[in-house]
Amino acid sequence: MAVIFPKSSDIILKVAGAVAGIGAVIAVAAFTYYTYPTVIDTGYQPVQPVPYSHKLHAGQLGLDCYYCHSTVYKAAFAAVPATSTCMNCHTQVKKDSPRLEPVRQSYATGKPVPWVQIHRLPDYVYFNHSAHLSAGVSCVSCHGRIDQMIEVHQEKPLNMAMCLECHRDPAPNVRPANLVTKLDWVPDRDPREIGAEIVAQKHLDPPTNCSGCHR
Amino acid sequence: MSLITIQTPNVTGKKYWRSLNQLADTKEFRDWVHHEFPANATEMLDGNSRRTVLKLMAASFGLAGLAACNRPVEHILPNSAGTEADNYLPGEPFHFATVMSIGGHVTGLLVETHDGRPTKIEGNPDHPHSLGAATAIQQALVLGMYDPDRSAKVLQGGKESTWPALESAVQKLSLGDGSGLRFLSGFVSSPTLDSQRTAILKKFPKAKWVEYEALSRDNELAGANMAFGQPLYVHPKWDKAKVVVSLDHDFLNLDAPTPFFTLAFSKRRRVGSEEDLDKMNRLYAVESQFSLTGANADHRLRMKGSDVQQFATDLAAALGAMPGLNVVNNGGAADKRAKFLAAVVKDLKAAGPEALVVAGPRQPASVNALVALINEKLGSACVTYTKPVIDKSNSGIDALKTLAGEMSAGQVSTLVILSGNPVYSAPADLQFPVALSKVATSIHLGAEEDETSAAATWHIPEAHLLESWGDEASSEGAASIQQPMIEPMYGGKTPIEIVNWVTTGKFTKSHDIVKSYWLAQFTGDKEQAWRKALHDGVVAASKTVDPIKVTVDTKKLATALGAASKAASTGIEVGFYPSSATWDGRYANNGWLQEAPDPISKLVWGNAAMISPKLARDQKLTDGDIISLTRGNVKMEAAVMVQPGHADDAVSISLGYGREKCGRVGKDVGSNANLIRTTDGFYFAQGFTLAATGKREILATTQERGTGDQQHDRPLAREVAIDEYKKNPKSIEEMSEVPEIHSIYSEFTYDKGNQWGMAIDLTSCTGCNACVVACVAENNTPVVGKDQVLRGREMHWIRMDRYYSGDENDPEVIEQPIPCMQCENAPCENVCPVQATSHSPEGLNDMAYNRCVGTRYCANNCPFKVRHFNFLNFHKHEPELVGLVYNPDVSVRMRGVMEKCTYCVQRIEETKIKAKRDGRREIKDGEIKTACQQTCPAEAIVFGNINDPNSRVAKLKKQERNYAMLAELGIKPRTTYLAKLRNPNPELTA
Amino acid sequence: MSAVLQDPQLMEVNPPLVRTEDYHDLTEQISVIVEGDVVKTPLKYWITLAITASVTGILGLMLAYLVSTGIGVWGNNRPIGWAWDITNFVFWIGIGHAGTLISAILFLFRQKWRTSINRSAEAMTLFAVMCAGIFPLFHTGRPWRAYWLFPIPNTDLNLWQNFRSPLIWDVFAVSTYFTVSLLFWFTGLVPDLATLRDRTTNKLKQWIFGALSLGWRGSARHWSNYEKAYLILAAISTPLVLSVHSIVSFDFATSVIPGWHTTIFPPYFVAGAIFSGFACVMTLLLIARWTLNLQNLITIKHLENMNKIILVTGSVVGYAYATEFFIAWYSGNLYERFTFLNRAFGPYWWAAWSMYSCNIFIPQLYWFKKMRNNLWVMFVISITTNIGMWFERFVIIATSLTRDFLPTSWGYFHPTYVDMLTFAGTIGLFLTLFLVFARFLPMIAISEVKGVLAVQKHQFTDKEVVAHDLR
Repeated sequence: MAVIFPKSSDIILKVAGAVAGIGAVIAVAAFTYYTYPTVIDTGYQPVQPVPYSHKLHAGQLGLDCYYCHSTVYKAAFAAVPATSTCMNCHTQVKKDSPRLEPVRQSYATGKPVPWVQIHRLPDYVYFNHSAHLSAGVSCVSCHGRIDQMIEVHQEKPLNMAMCLECHRDPAPNVRPANLVTKLDWVPDRDPREIGAEIVAQKHLDPPTNCSGCHR
Repeated sequence: MSLITIQTPNVTGKKYWRSLNQLADTKEFRDWVHHEFPANATEMLDGNSRRTVLKLMAASFGLAGLAACNRPVEHILPNSAGTEADNYLPGEPFHFATVMSIGGHVTGLLVETHDGRPTKIEGNPDHPHSLGAATAIQQALVLGMYDPDRSAKVLQGGKESTWPALESAVQKLSLGDGSGLRFLSGFVSSPTLDSQRTAILKKFPKAKWVEYEALSRDNELAGANMAFGQPLYVHPKWDKAKVVVSLDHDFLNLDAPTPFFTLAFSKRRRVGSEEDLDKMNRLYAVESQFSLTGANADHRLRMKGSDVQQFATDLAAALGAMPGLNVVNNGGAADKRAKFLAAVVKDLKAAGPEALVVAGPRQPASVNALVALINEKLGSACVTYTKPVIDKSNSGIDALKTLAGEMSAGQVSTLVILSGNPVYSAPADLQFPVALSKVATSIHLGAEEDETSAAATWHIPEAHLLESWGDEASSEGAASIQQPMIEPMYGGKTPIEIVNWVTTGKFTKSHDIVKSYWLAQFTGDKEQAWRKALHDGVVAASKTVDPIKVTVDTKKLATALGAASKAASTGIEVGFYPSSATWDGRYANNGWLQEAPDPISKLVWGNAAMISPKLARDQKLTDGDIISLTRGNVKMEAAVMVQPGHADDAVSISLGYGREKCGRVGKDVGSNANLIRTTDGFYFAQGFTLAATGKREILATTQERGTGDQQHDRPLAREVAIDEYKKNPKSIEEMSEVPEIHSIYSEFTYDKGNQWGMAIDLTSCTGCNACVVACVAENNTPVVGKDQVLRGREMHWIRMDRYYSGDENDPEVIEQPIPCMQCENAPCENVCPVQATSHSPEGLNDMAYNRCVGTRYCANNCPFKVRHFNFLNFHKHEPELVGLVYNPDVSVRMRGVMEKCTYCVQRIEETKIKAKRDGRREIKDGEIKTACQQTCPAEAIVFGNINDPNSRVAKLKKQERNYAMLAELGIKPRTTYLAKLRNPNPELTA
Repeated sequence: MSAVLQDPQLMEVNPPLVRTEDYHDLTEQISVIVEGDVVKTPLKYWITLAITASVTGILGLMLAYLVSTGIGVWGNNRPIGWAWDITNFVFWIGIGHAGTLISAILFLFRQKWRTSINRSAEAMTLFAVMCAGIFPLFHTGRPWRAYWLFPIPNTDLNLWQNFRSPLIWDVFAVSTYFTVSLLFWFTGLVPDLATLRDRTTNKLKQWIFGALSLGWRGSARHWSNYEKAYLILAAISTPLVLSVHSIVSFDFATSVIPGWHTTIFPPYFVAGAIFSGFACVMTLLLIARWTLNLQNLITIKHLENMNKIILVTGSVVGYAYATEFFIAWYSGNLYERFTFLNRAFGPYWWAAWSMYSCNIFIPQLYWFKKMRNNLWVMFVISITTNIGMWFERFVIIATSLTRDFLPTSWGYFHPTYVDMLTFAGTIGLFLTLFLVFARFLPMIAISEVKGVLAVQKHQFTDKEVVAHDLR
């Protein structure tokens, strides 16, 4: 009877099987990796209408975050400053720099500057800045060293895993409330210890149930 | 819009605060008129929705995270004026006080706004007639503001015109001495408008100003006039009364477009502690239709509306109130009546100064007069009278009749109709449309393009309550200023502006008119007083009208009564009632109200001719059979609904339906009772012939008729007579046996921190829909439309269950609000495969919409069926405009996910965060109020921390009559009920 | 000469299992169907296939409409969250039971008569489970999220499934069942595929069959390994027959809803499943027997045995019904009592009574041998049984939901055309798959029947068999 498959086909079959198996594993791994927020969301750095440098303002000039993002202590939203805030200084400083044209435009027309949002949470997530600041969570924990970024990019994944990690064990991210906007703060001892003390003293127990963030 | 829904399924209101300033140039805004409204949810099954399949597939990938590869650019548009401007915080709610009046009942309101858009209306705690409570209708007003069908254009002869055209027309008006000038307005309770009126009538001596309300307080004034010789407002002091006899007065629902009556009445109904048991009042109701007042009455006597006069006379006679009156005992069926009468008389006498008899606005002057007489005879301290501050001499049907006469006689050259719809609501026999056609220039100010705007020569869009400056003063004097939260969206104008414009020819903003009026009233620092008045919502300076001492002139009254022709009650009687949803039709285009079930019949999206079971049997009619009602040359058709406890040989039908020219929501919903409403039978009329037409209409109710109306001997909504309860306080608890349940696992102990719980007092709950609408407004629950309700898909997170018991001719009714019970052992939780619903350490049954895959297992396993599934995308066809009403603190749920009550967790979390900001952990009792609790005029719903023994809720739960429904399932509900206590008269129960 | 032959009566009592000349004829008879060159496939086959295929197409349309528009296109509502969707799921899963039962359990019990029918029974199982699988997926409000039901590690959300939920157990139970059944079926196919490979001359077919038969040469070693593997798989899948439907029944048993919340469900459901499964096998076999002339291989004896099983399981189901009523009464539980009275005399009495008559009363006919041997009777009963079993699931799932604890939330279920077409579509899919199988794969296990034939040959001479036929 005619031979359809030569002896070698056994090996071919085995190899094919192996390749398929490994391939599948790789595919799954790749999918998981490339859809993981750390990979797809971090590093997002859109072009802003005005090349505003946080490094200059927050870093070198040492403006407190609160000077511009003035609602963080009172409200859920960290408001982007009004044009008027920029003009507090820029009526004198660099008052005719071409790069500031959009700002002057806005100031004149009253039309807001269309800043591009970088740190974005889904609409069903109810993050509240004031709650976190009053607990002593620093800007750094979620936004990174903004004071070292010329143009801001997203540093942390800001995914649910990240939130939960801290909500389950807040100590490492908690610091004295007066230092939350001090991005370059270097603790004199293990920050976890400091955090743990504050957690104990403030009775912090961040929610880990659904309605803590989803409503 | 649909794209937004695709990209981020759970679109929250948050999205809109940014888009508000972009709204003006969105396509949605320009052609919102052509948009589907959620009420047409049934349309979601149409062809074009099928085409979205691919989009959705795309969406599904998007949701899987791939969309993030090409992340959509989102802009942040900061308020360029500076966020510091009057300490405005983006995203944080602000509250403004304002005021509204329906048919002369004034209520102060508090409006919550987010980033400049009103999102919720609540009662103003500082207003004497609200005290924080608001009715269903009042709360639904906010949706009305975003109604895409609101009038936005000037119309001339029903066709689109322009403001300049109108302006020139106004300039051309030659008013002369005003002989041809007439104003037709609703019930005027605005001091500013009144002052304008006085000025006008001085300037144009021959001009006339007529007030007409389809549902008014005219009989109240006329009655006083008959009794005391002068028109007076009657102010029952419900909270002082121990025995209340209501003669066809549904003061707990339809006849009170204000929370105030329930508020006061329930003070003597609530049982907070043991001693309250003896303070509890007793309510007798005499009525035709089965009303909420009848449902809450301890004893109810049903009779035709026209027989009430005889009953009142007999009551007065039995009390020896007036010589020459004697009890007519029309025997036979009257046996029950006689017994009832005797008991009432005895009880009233015993109560003396604590006795109160009230007559409904539906009852003629004579009955109101008799009631005044009776109260005087009883020496009741529960009623006061005040003179109308604002003149009412030219108000009511007769005034309208004369006006119509003048109009058809061509004596009226200029008619200004201020925010009313007389073409629809005027009595049929006045032929108002014909009369109107005889008027040279008729200017109609109206909120929507309605029957009148089509017939008038000019139509002017009216600004919504929340867009307009104005003021209202209650009949007791409490004056408040109406302030807008937002610029008129469609450039609407207010009555004040129009009156001023038409009569002076130049346009002044109502803000200036109102302010100048009030500054004139104030003394001292006027500006300061003005700001304070705006802030408080009540004008501190406003002098409360002092009640006056009056005595009945019996002789005059006797003659008057003799003259008052008592219509012989023959044939079928038809009674006309306000609608719990549309009032007199003005709220017909409001989806929230159309879908709020009628408290008794549970009917939604329409009205019906209510008839008694006996009449139904005699005429061989069942629910949905369309009948015709004919009397002389008036005729209408309506579907019947069999109403247990309804008076025989009588038909009750609510006004405000069958609107022909109306927005998409209210158009042709139900049938128009104004067609058979005539001046001689304004509230009820005799001698109708009832005939079946053979046609049928499907009526949508939220409870299965018949079987769903009974409790089937299940201990669900429990009640007990107060005496029995005193004898055996355990009787409630004993109605069901709750076994000890021992889990093999060590159970979570809910004993730390806040443990949220709720107690609902069935004794004070009247069953009004305030909580239902409050919940809709707070939690963005969608309107699904009649067809979907028929399919059993309504979405109310808190619903009002209504059970009948006893004889179908004289049933007892118990109402039971059903929110989520937040079971500690929630059956819904352990069946969810993806943990979309799980328990919070504070005892809440959390629901994460964005985690739900929609297996519906939780809903199946919920014994209370309080979980609601988004069978379709109920928000899909919504104009962006309607989206603006959403509460940004609550996700708007996409289709395919389950949703439910969470004790307004957004409020809980907000308050906790505020507390943390203030550096405290513990929440004060009453600091958090759920939406339903906050608005409840009867304070029947109490929410709080059951872990704190001193909290109100914990105290209530300690009462013996506290029980958990279906506790025998071992589910440990957090929401418990306080059994209904009835206070029957032993003489009638024996 | 065996004793049997002396006594014609005895032959009556114990007729031969299969009736064929010899091994070669057998091979021929089965193979020609698959090869379809000697015997042309009749046109009516293609017509039937076309019809069922287009019905399957409708299924596709309905599902697209469902996904694009929402569950609202079905009649489901509040309180009836599950209606035809889950009813159909349980119905198909139930049908899927006979296959494994026949293959595995009867194999372990050395029931020779299974050989002619096990192949098609197993195939049917696979197809039924496929149809069943459609519903749990598409009944979710957001099917594109259904993958959340699988325990895929997700470091993004740090969230796991809720392993307390019976729906998760379902995921495991059903997928396991499908996998094992597939392996079992394929293992059995290998020798026959080899046969086909050897018979065909067409290069492509040779290649395909060759690949599928995994180089089977029929050597003694092959056979002994094959037998071992088959035995092991049988042993593995036997518990599955019991587990799958037990777990499916937990979906209801673990809830609090009266009519669902009962401990009797696992055995009750398993019995019901086997009941309906056998009925369905019966329907298909009878059709195959007529259309493909397999009378000699699928004999009255096979059918009668199956009827006996139908009678037993049917009676078990009847007993379960009775027990439910007894417990409802005995429990003294207000809600339980109401539910069962409502089931029999409420608005859904018609559903309940059609289920009682189809599942309890009609099968009782099988007490009589005449009925057990009458092809028409068994055809009709096999159909009614499946109707009855569909109603059983509907009654348990949907009607229990219509009236539970709070009368105010009672309702009624009205199916939409989408409900109906979706169900019809799955039937179309099922038949399509089966037709394809019957035409392109040997629907009777040649090798196994040969085994039976071998035994039989020691009982009768060919002449005697023929003689028997002549009677």
